[in-house]
Amino acid sequence: MGALSDQLLVVTIFCYVLAMMASAIEYAFGGRSLVARVATRAAVPVGAGVGAGGSLPPADLPEIPATSSEVPAETPERSVGARRAGVAAVVLTVLGFAAHLAAVVARGIAAERAPWGNMYEFVMTATLVGVTAWLVVLVKWTSLRHLGVFVTLSAAVLLSIAGMTLYVAEGPLVPALHSYWLVIHVGAASIASGIFLVGFVTAAMHLIRSGHEAGKTRFPYSLGERLPQADALERVTFRIHAFSFPIWTFGVIAGAIWAEAAWGRYWNWDPKEVWSFIAWVVYACYLHARSTPSVSRRLTSWIAVIGWATMLVNLFGVNLVASGLHSYAGV
Amino acid sequence: MRWLYHTTVAVSRRAWRQLTSMRTALVLLFLLAVAAIPGSVLPQRTVSPEKVRTYLDTHQQWGPTLDRLFFFDVYGSPWFSAIYLLLFVSLVGCLVPRFRSHITALVKQPPKAPKRLDRLPAHTTLPGPATPETADRIRRVLKKRRFRTTVRRDGDVTEISAEKGYLKETGNLVFHFALLSLLLGVAYGSWFGWHGNRLLVRGDDFAFCNTLLNYDEHALGAQVGENDLPRFCLRMDKFTATYLPNGQPISYRADVNVKQHGRESNQVLQVNDPLRLDGANVSLLGHGYAPILKYTDKYGKSSVNVTPFLPSDGLLTSQGVATFPDVNINPQTGTRDDKSQIGFSGVYVPTLPSDPSVNSSAFPAENDPRIMLQTYQGVLGFDAGAPLSVYTLDTRQIEAGRLTKFGSPMALKPGETGTLPDGTTVEFAGTVQWISISIRHDPGQPIVLGGSVALLVGLLGSLGGKRRRIFFRISPTGVTAGGLPRSDYPGFADEFDEIVRATAPATSVPEQVPQTEDVEEVV
Repeated sequence: MGALSDQLLVVTIFCYVLAMMASAIEYAFGGRSLVARVATRAAVPVGAGVGAGGSLPPADLPEIPATSSEVPAETPERSVGARRAGVAAVVLTVLGFAAHLAAVVARGIAAERAPWGNMYEFVMTATLVGVTAWLVVLVKWTSLRHLGVFVTLSAAVLLSIAGMTLYVAEGPLVPALHSYWLVIHVGAASIASGIFLVGFVTAAMHLIRSGHEAGKTRFPYSLGERLPQADALERVTFRIHAFSFPIWTFGVIAGAIWAEAAWGRYWNWDPKEVWSFIAWVVYACYLHARSTPSVSRRLTSWIAVIGWATMLVNLFGVNLVASGLHSYAGV
Repeated sequence: MRWLYHTTVAVSRRAWRQLTSMRTALVLLFLLAVAAIPGSVLPQRTVSPEKVRTYLDTHQQWGPTLDRLFFFDVYGSPWFSAIYLLLFVSLVGCLVPRFRSHITALVKQPPKAPKRLDRLPAHTTLPGPATPETADRIRRVLKKRRFRTTVRRDGDVTEISAEKGYLKETGNLVFHFALLSLLLGVAYGSWFGWHGNRLLVRGDDFAFCNTLLNYDEHALGAQVGENDLPRFCLRMDKFTATYLPNGQPISYRADVNVKQHGRESNQVLQVNDPLRLDGANVSLLGHGYAPILKYTDKYGKSSVNVTPFLPSDGLLTSQGVATFPDVNINPQTGTRDDKSQIGFSGVYVPTLPSDPSVNSSAFPAENDPRIMLQTYQGVLGFDAGAPLSVYTLDTRQIEAGRLTKFGSPMALKPGETGTLPDGTTVEFAGTVQWISISIRHDPGQPIVLGGSVALLVGLLGSLGGKRRRIFFRISPTGVTAGGLPRSDYPGFADEFDEIVRATAPATSVPEQVPQTEDVEEVV
């Protein structure tokens, strides 16, 4: 079962890389007209509940003029080919997701426990949640399909790092992790991390797109041309963070309750706790800045990007460099 | 003087407004995050005092400066406290007026409809002339959807104002007050709580009773006196650990005898399963071996020493010392040779590695135990008055030549005896297990837990709630409606349309599609 999980992970990475390439093709060759079509199609509300609120009204959707003087008219064949690539990207992402899910489940069965007992498994589960969140976003806001390049890229990179440098064979847990709180605390942390990952992608895309709209043409901003409107990206970013912040809060509280049972003290200022606290404060800062009209939306998206950076420090920096109470997490 | 008074008032008013502004709060939040970073990079006294000592020893240049700037006590440092206290002051300054206006909003009726409803983000004109029961019907629709509704009549014009989503602000206030309660809970816990750490070696001789003297390390809250500690005694009877073939531990279990309130009971202490005693919790933190050494001096007198050795790796390679200060005393004269104190510096491996060049344990259980001992003879330095670690010999004595190596190192199996150059002997009689326990009482815990739950509930309300207002104006010429979302609520247009449709008389369905414009957020 463990070997099956390992093989499925390879399949997963392979699918994500192919999906990334397919959406890159669509991204590069699909015309603006295509984006506009996708946008209008997305105006039909699709029922799927992320839970952060109701569905977006048509007014929220990016409106990109079908004819634009800046862009040369697309030949129909190019558009059709690019569109096929886009569909292929979604199909490959779904296939990768299925393999990913199977890999996590197989790992859990092989180890006879929740599949997030060490860092390798944590990354695997968190990226699974990330891709799930992405698929939900995709169903809700079809027009964001172009961001698939970045989501599948992030997932493929994280999974490759996990498979190559963090891999450990499945096995039982150290005594410190023998607790149902493992399922609750680490489960909540990986779900929140996965959703924050998608939030990071949309925040970064918002920065690129708004830079592009402001007339910047250098490299990262040049990607912005085919992105949905900055305003829409920003709203999605907020919704994603407003959804995952309570989950993260819950994860930290659950961790404190577990810490009380395990170490006798609910908060130990252990490096992992410190960085969870820092991430919490930065994301709280994001939500406050977002609700303050005088703070620019570019600044709030930057805070979201910083928030994701603190999450990465917490995952990689703390596990690989610092030693603390969370060190058994297994590298 | 008057001028001075006015300036002071003006300045402090401005400072207060600055402090309670959202911008300041954001900067303070950001500072708080940045200020927390050093605590994860540098060792902290509250977490691992021994690591701080090592750091100070190895960084003689920077260490003292960092220490003076509280970098080893980040979370208790004046600068960290200043940030969070300012943040909380700013929070209170912001919360009190908001709390007051929210209470007012809860008591007051929804406001009057604006003059021009078509200026609102969502607005429409209802078809058909108004009938006498129109107002009543609209009111019922809004009430059914749990809007707070007010009907105002002015001549032949009837206005209906409705508002919903007070939960958002309620949740917001609950969240922030919960943060304050966390601060109070933490403060209360640190004033009235206490904790201590202690190694507990198996057996009757090493039973532990809860008094300050018996702790290896302890901290009492400001309001806790030595006599406030609850009375209880602990004795460890058995320790069991199981391992995977690669040495990874699977389970630890300590059988502990507890005496409290004159009752005795046998309980099991495990990781993640603390002993909950009256007035204190006991958690299992670690375990190790304590070798038993029996030294027989040149006058034939034997003394036994059981010293816990500290593990230095996961496979329980352990290091420690055994000291025999009161040996080689001439029984006739009662005097002792200055240089005849004996100390052993040892490494214990529970399983000897098959490769002799490796000097660390091959497995954490005692499959093939060995103790490697180097004997030292001379003056141990216990009388010098300086604090000494019980896990190492006094290096100052060794450097000064007052404590010297005696004979060559020896490796002993349990039961084996080694002979020293002067004919005295040391016997390795085996080991007993020890556990390290943390004993803690934190009365602030229930406050912090309750605060955390309130915080989460408030957060969900704050992020999930959607405040919005809807107005209807019924005049003889027709009915107009307008809606205003007061928070980020993209679904508002749909809800508005639905409500307008629901207010239509049951017989006729409005043909006109309500027009909605881009819904601007109002915060």
